[in-house]
Amino acid sequence: MAVILKTVGLNKVYRLGSFFRAKRIQALDNVNITVESDRPVIIAVVGESGSGKTTLAKTLLRLEVPTSGSAVVYDKEVAGAGSRPSRREFLKSIQPIFQNPFEAFSRYRNVDAYLHETAIRVAGLSAPDARDAVAHALSSVGLEYNDVVGKYTNQFSGGELQRISVARALIPEPSLIVADEPVSMIDASRRMIIINLFRKLRDEEGRSFLYITHDLATAYYISDFIAVMKKGQVVEFGKAQAVMSDPQHEYTRLLLNSIPTTRQRWRPRNVAPATLN
Amino acid sequence: MIELNDIVVSYRTERGSINAVDGVNLEIPDGCIVGIAGESGCGKSTLMRAIYGDILSPMSLSSGTIEYGFNDRNGEPVTSENVRNEWFRTLSYIPQSSMNSMNPVIRIREQFIDFPGTDPNKKRVLEQVREYIGKLGLPVEALDSFPHQLSGGMRQRMMIALATFFQPNLIIADEPTTALDVVVQKEILLLLMELQEQMGNTILIVSHDMGVHYQVTHKMLIMYAAKAAEYGDSDSVFDEPLHPYTKMLIGSLPTIGEDRARHGIPGSPPSLWGDLQGCRFAERCPLATGLCRSQEPPLVEHKPGHFAACHFAGADLPDTGGAGWQ
Ligand SMILES: Nc1ncnc2c1ncn2[C@@H]1O[C@H](COP(=O)(O)OP(=O)(O)O)[C@@H](O)[C@H]1O
Ligand SMILES: Nc1ncnc2c1ncn2[C@@H]1O[C@H](COP(=O)(O)OP(=O)(O)O)[C@@H](O)[C@H]1O
Ligand SMILES: [Mg+2]
Ligand SMILES: [Mg+2]
Repeated sequence: MAVILKTVGLNKVYRLGSFFRAKRIQALDNVNITVESDRPVIIAVVGESGSGKTTLAKTLLRLEVPTSGSAVVYDKEVAGAGSRPSRREFLKSIQPIFQNPFEAFSRYRNVDAYLHETAIRVAGLSAPDARDAVAHALSSVGLEYNDVVGKYTNQFSGGELQRISVARALIPEPSLIVADEPVSMIDASRRMIIINLFRKLRDEEGRSFLYITHDLATAYYISDFIAVMKKGQVVEFGKAQAVMSDPQHEYTRLLLNSIPTTRQRWRPRNVAPATLN
Repeated sequence: MIELNDIVVSYRTERGSINAVDGVNLEIPDGCIVGIAGESGCGKSTLMRAIYGDILSPMSLSSGTIEYGFNDRNGEPVTSENVRNEWFRTLSYIPQSSMNSMNPVIRIREQFIDFPGTDPNKKRVLEQVREYIGKLGLPVEALDSFPHQLSGGMRQRMMIALATFFQPNLIIADEPTTALDVVVQKEILLLLMELQEQMGNTILIVSHDMGVHYQVTHKMLIMYAAKAAEYGDSDSVFDEPLHPYTKMLIGSLPTIGEDRARHGIPGSPPSLWGDLQGCRFAERCPLATGLCRSQEPPLVEHKPGHFAACHFAGADLPDTGGAGWQ
């Protein structure tokens, strides 16, 4: 079985303030998770804001250097003291998708310029091959090449733009896509289009995802594994179904009990005086 | 009862004028929590600002009237003309982030005392404020902090305390918990529900989270492209939604423990600048016919107290392959 993701004693400490009055923030606190599988998987990371989700993502993406510990993605060490792949080799295996698609693309460039750039610089394709790769990636996310080319960000909705971000990430054919809150800026009515797309890409194109979110319901819906984070620690980790149906950690239970569902009310509502006939 | 009589709220821009709320008729009975849902840009905040009376250029109430059904401190009926004098008295507002609506350079306790027309005896007012904060189960020390010293959740609780101190007849809360974590969100919503129960007043709450609406509201207004698409008792709206948009909105939510495939609503609402003929949802609606594309459906009462603006209200949607996926 392939080691899709393994972190060993991963720590990240941010220091703020002056040398003498430094404040330590332990953004990752001894994170140890292992996901082994023969099939591609979706791993959800959930937890309150400030719990370290983005720091974990940045460490895997080599945007932050861990204070100690190491991380392995698809059998390659991506963070830590061990030997590391070259940047290009690295970006061919792990690709990011960020929260705000409007920030991911400049207002002043055609959005397809980013896709062609990724195809040529990261995937190392020739110009004609790059065009085919871009068209293929766009069709994977349900968009037509001709409907995207030559347009600017303001000509797309947030949901469309996020699909274009996904298409860009697909071009180097990465094994793992790290998606940090990819739907939190997208209207609830269109979130499921992106979420279903992740599942399709897992099943039909063999991509694994690290899906970072504070929305437990979508995490339950698509993920195979789930890590629950609190204050830099992974307090619970396991198969998503098992964690959600039988949470072991008190914090996971608290999170699950706090979700406003449309199934069961937290408490009986009072009857509004006016609705009493 | 609050009555909105065919109100149109417009923004004047360089390109001309758009109606962000376009002919909304509504009767809101006293003493209930009304939820307002719909995609971003459908006019929820504009409607709330119009009701709150926070109508500043480029926004204007270009036609229709709002009747509040309660009186000001002098016993005169509150109207769109005098409603601003009533802020924090007979009606108050809780925004998404209270950071922007609190004065950043004065302590929380002074924000209470700063109300226009508050008892000139500051000591006495402060006593009342402390007592009230204690009664809400909030830490009295927070009153001595500046807004930025509090967590987002505590700031939002203090905002609720501010907004309820004078027991207003109407509270307008525009996405009051959107920026908060679920655990804090639940505590704040429960606080708001409890206060509403005690005061028996009316709360309008905007949220894009249908789960929040299910937990909190007595009535629901679903908006689509500046119009009211559906309005009725929450139980009725959630159990038997009439408008295809409402059905799709509720049906697109995944639920923990349910392994049914969920689908978003493809497409986007029409531009308010365009030619808005017929039903505004027609382009995205699986039931749309020629009638829908040519004739705008009025908001009609289909069941007692349950309104929808759809030529095919209540009709079943075609099966979208809701079978299990695992
Ligand atoms: N560049 C940074 N410098 C200092 N502190 C940071 C930095 N980035 C994140 N932090 C802190 O690390 C903690 C974890 O943050 P983050 O990983 O962004 O959490 P999440 O994504 O779960 O909200 C927080 O306390 C945050 O304030
Ligand atoms: N200051 C403004 N000037 C021009 N148009 C505006 C302004 N504020 C909002 N709008 C437009 O009015 C419509 C409704 O906006 P809003 O009420 O904020 O929607 P919601 O709260 O449902 O997201 C949108 O199309 C928005 O672009
Ligand atoms: Mg984050
Ligand atoms: Mg709004």
